[in-house]
Amino acid sequence: MTAFYLPEGLPVPTWEGDELQRPYWEGVKQEQLNIQRCGDCNAWQWGPEWMCHECRSFNMNWAPIEGKGIIYSWTRAWHPVHPALADRGPYLAVLVELPDYGNVRMLGNLLGDEHQEVVIGTPVHAVFEHHPDNAIPHTLVQWERGS
Amino acid sequence: MAERSLRGKVAVAGIGETPYYKHGQAPDPEIVLALKAILAACDDAGIDPAEVDGFASYSDDRNNPTRLAAALGTKELRFSNMQWGGGGGGGSGAIANASAAINAGIADTVVVYRSLAQGQFARFGQGPKIPAIAGDPAFNIPYGIMSPAQQYSLKAMRFMHEHGIHQTALRGIAMASYYHAQNNPRAIMRGRPLTEEKYDNSRWISEPFHLYDCCMENDGAAAVILVSAERAKDMKHKPAYVLGAALGSDGGTGRGAYNGAHFASSHFTSVSRNLYDMAKVGPKDVDVLQSYENFTGGVLMSLVEHGFVEAEEADEFLVLDNLKADGGKLPLNTSGGNLAECYMHGLELITEAVHQIRGDSPNQVKDVNVSMVISGPMVSPVSNSIYGSEASL
Ligand SMILES: [Zn+2]
Repeated sequence: MTAFYLPEGLPVPTWEGDELQRPYWEGVKQEQLNIQRCGDCNAWQWGPEWMCHECRSFNMNWAPIEGKGIIYSWTRAWHPVHPALADRGPYLAVLVELPDYGNVRMLGNLLGDEHQEVVIGTPVHAVFEHHPDNAIPHTLVQWERGS
Repeated sequence: MAERSLRGKVAVAGIGETPYYKHGQAPDPEIVLALKAILAACDDAGIDPAEVDGFASYSDDRNNPTRLAAALGTKELRFSNMQWGGGGGGGSGAIANASAAINAGIADTVVVYRSLAQGQFARFGQGPKIPAIAGDPAFNIPYGIMSPAQQYSLKAMRFMHEHGIHQTALRGIAMASYYHAQNNPRAIMRGRPLTEEKYDNSRWISEPFHLYDCCMENDGAAAVILVSAERAKDMKHKPAYVLGAALGSDGGTGRGAYNGAHFASSHFTSVSRNLYDMAKVGPKDVDVLQSYENFTGGVLMSLVEHGFVEAEEADEFLVLDNLKADGGKLPLNTSGGNLAECYMHGLELITEAVHQIRGDSPNQVKDVNVSMVISGPMVSPVSNSIYGSEASL
């Protein structure tokens, strides 16, 4: 049993060339989820953008949040489309809605049995999957059942 | 003020296609396929290729109008246009752009074209083989959500959950395409009929999509020649008048990292209204429909968002008998479409819509006056178009 939900070898996240995303990917390495919050109207915003979609302010800040949400949608992927996944077998991805933070949504894998029944609305919490020994050290944010 | 509309101003005068091949198997380079399709469309219209003075495409087509114009002996290039967006989302958008150019006097003879040679270039349904990814895709690719099937499965799954729709509705859509392909000599899947049992037993690609819910990937090219309505009247074929064409999406669709407004959507909610307003028809007036099947879940949401079926009635309605060219309530994807004829990014759906107006489809619906196309759903921008006979004007 590997420590990683998916085998290494997939493209890894980087903010290189895209400074906009840096506070998120730096934060998760410290087990801190940060998302954007408008400095003028206080709206939560995700994914990262330069302008607030509510009030057109460019004054976008980053705020720490708790990784708690509910499953909004999901899929079990069976057909591998990358060589790193050729021997993995099916795996689960969930889109998680975070009701405490303006219903922003985050995508990750659902930890546990890949054949488990997945029910939309189930509470989940974030689990940080660290890859410190990767050529590009990074952390993925996975989800596990339970609040 | 005069009404600003394309309705009845422009018509399809010619259509052309190369043979369709399995992906990577075209004997010609992509630009040769494009040229052959354009020549075939000119021949179909009965015009000299040198008369083509405008080019419109979509999905970042690699075949530059300047190079095409030089090869075709175009006398004057007057319009070159690319609709933004990937996949088949821009198919009808390219028709809208070309029609607008003709109507505005920018060009007289505009070809809409799309060419694909995936042996020469990369395939669509594969993840990128690179060490790292930045920007928006960094939020999905490292989690193994890479292919269009995987990405759009999340939309379909949520939509089916919200409305209590079952797998059988997706199956009905797949069955219609395969059923019609069996009569179509051009269809890649001719001779390979689909049964309910075969569908149910097929492997999952990404739930809720089975193998047969997913489009093929093909090589080939298609082209459509548009001219003014007046000119089309005196040409070889019965004109297929553009009654309307629309493109776009709701404003919030483009939010990143799976946070688009109306997530569980084909993205047609506003675009469908704009199309019907221009065409002055509603879903009940549509005699035959081509609805782009990148995945059957996209067709399901497109049908609902264009008013062809209520979401709550989708299970009951989306069965083969209702979708057949011969006597179905809503003849759907009558050439076999992206699932079973050919994946030409949906331009093959527009040529089929024109065949239905002309009356020469291999699955001809009786007395077609209004023939509609819904181009690639779930991307943004999306687009759609409606074609009509003389009687529809
Ligand atoms: Zn704001």
